Amino acid sequence: MTTDLAATLDVNAIDYTILGIYFAIVIAIGLLARRAVATSEDFFLSGRALPAWVTGLAFVAANLGALEILGMAANGAEYGIATVHFYWIGAVPAMVFLGLVLMPFYYSTRVHSVPEYLRRRFNAPTHAFNALSFAVASVLTAGVNLYALGLIIQSLLGWPLWLAIFVSAGFVLIYITLGGLSGAIYTEVLQFFVILAGLIPLVIVGLSAVGGWDGLKDKVTENTDLGASAFSQWGGTGVGDATNPLGDWIGIVFGLGFVLSFGYWTTNFAEVQRALSAKDLSAAQRTPLIGAFPKIFIPALTIIPGLVALVLIPQLGKEGGPTYNDAIPELMAKFLPNGVLGIALTGLLAAFMAGMAANVSSFNTVFTYDLWRPYVVKNRPDRYYLQVGRIITVIGIVIGIGTAFIAAGYENIMNYVQALFSFFNAPLFATFIVGVFWKRMTAWAGFWGLVSGTAAAILAYLSLNDKLGIPEIVFIESTQSRNFWGAIAAFVVDVVVTVIVTLLTKPKPIDEVKGLVWGVPDPDNPDAADAQNVRRWWESPKVLGFTALGITVVLSIVFL
Amino acid sequence: MSETEEKSASRNLFDLRWLIAGLFLLYGVVLILLGIFDSDAEIQKADGIRINLWTGIGMFVLGALFGLWSWLRPLRADAAPPLDTDA
Repeated sequence: MTTDLAATLDVNAIDYTILGIYFAIVIAIGLLARRAVATSEDFFLSGRALPAWVTGLAFVAANLGALEILGMAANGAEYGIATVHFYWIGAVPAMVFLGLVLMPFYYSTRVHSVPEYLRRRFNAPTHAFNALSFAVASVLTAGVNLYALGLIIQSLLGWPLWLAIFVSAGFVLIYITLGGLSGAIYTEVLQFFVILAGLIPLVIVGLSAVGGWDGLKDKVTENTDLGASAFSQWGGTGVGDATNPLGDWIGIVFGLGFVLSFGYWTTNFAEVQRALSAKDLSAAQRTPLIGAFPKIFIPALTIIPGLVALVLIPQLGKEGGPTYNDAIPELMAKFLPNGVLGIALTGLLAAFMAGMAANVSSFNTVFTYDLWRPYVVKNRPDRYYLQVGRIITVIGIVIGIGTAFIAAGYENIMNYVQALFSFFNAPLFATFIVGVFWKRMTAWAGFWGLVSGTAAAILAYLSLNDKLGIPEIVFIESTQSRNFWGAIAAFVVDVVVTVIVTLLTKPKPIDEVKGLVWGVPDPDNPDAADAQNVRRWWESPKVLGFTALGITVVLSIVFL
Repeated sequence: MSETEEKSASRNLFDLRWLIAGLFLLYGVVLILLGIFDSDAEIQKADGIRINLWTGIGMFVLGALFGLWSWLRPLRADAAPPLDTDA
């Protein structure tokens, strides 16, 4: 995490004005979006009325938060272009799969959340287990995001940490409590464009200063410890003797590319929720597909600054020097004059807030629809649940603030917690994907698979990272590779338990799973007529999906 | 508390494109003006590139494109029946 930046940014009145205008607009979005909230579905799912370009950009922006931008630039400086694995193999295929294959199971069944899909496909215990673990994980993650945001404001602007935390939490509180998901999504789209407007000038100036792409290649190869391997994506990924910073190819392809990536993009409700707010099935399918295109090119805006910083910022990532996470802030301080500096600063702060807002807006939905309404206070009018949603938003943010202050005291613990939560999607994805494609899979197999997979994820994390004091069975050099293999282990345990329990228990009647599993269509599918109705060729999900995959393959070959 | 089923108000949601257009036109103008009057020191800081000016132009153009888009295709037209079936 960012702690000691060499110097705070040299911001002046113009930069603060640019920042102030943005936050005024964010409040305006909250106030204006409030007029569009009359029902709980308006609040939690934007009334399922948004166009695909809005939900698509929000889909990618919800992930373009704190850890993404600074963390990926840090990875770029530490690992070189192998970092694109997190985007090309680690995101795009999963986004295309979600759009083309899985989205109808979410959208056409009219579930309002990922946990609700589990309730319909399996049973209430599976639902409650997942809803509870998701709610806890997202509110704590929101707190960690808030802490990271507070740190960056502290180090860039010199504000005290507590003030930074309260001010940013206050803005998120206002626009989500007022505007609900529409407020969050509109802000995410706006933030997406502002962060691009901040990062693109940084890349241009940075590249110019090192003599272009070729100059960057020469200087990194000759002058840094990373050397020529910085420009090899797949070099050194042999199993057993991996020298690639991300480890061997099995870990990269199956751990990152399959389990972690598909788990995150297809079952993380903070992402799926954006697609569920789309106005029809076609728009919902296009949501992750439209998001895939920016995702392909974002690495240029994070990895290049990372490598430029490696060349130009003395002692980056070394004892006594700035950390890798400081790559982008250091370059901003070095290159950007007042004006563009304000834009970049605004984009960065907006991105941090959007990350937190995505957590909060998915948390309040799952809490209200999946915990409060089915298990605590049932059968009240819709207006009551809208009120609950607003109140729990406030409570969630207060817990987030508390978490942020705890994180400030025990930074290492929070890093572990965060790494741990990244494992939670691996078993969820296993249960989900088997449930979709295997109609015999039983309700209790859903529950026990998920519970044992989650336990395996926690155990794998603790033992692979030597947190239990037990001798390691296998030693894996790369931290990243340990995470990939841990995810694979959780996935396999979940699938094995699922199969065993399924064979021992009775499947649900086929009538109860129609529309929820592959090959058992729902005759009353509300989107049946809609599916054939592609108005323009470029709105076809297949065209979009395969174009995104094609571009990714070509780029992977070019930057092999 | 009324017992009648509430109606969705999602149609009241404003058009985000106007907001993007407004913000980027405003930021664009501010940066272009800054860029024109940038001192040599500021230009030198950005490796000799008039980065305020160029970023300002880029943001202004993006804002103008969003304005044009929402002007040519207002929200209501988007909700109208399918346009062409000749594909």
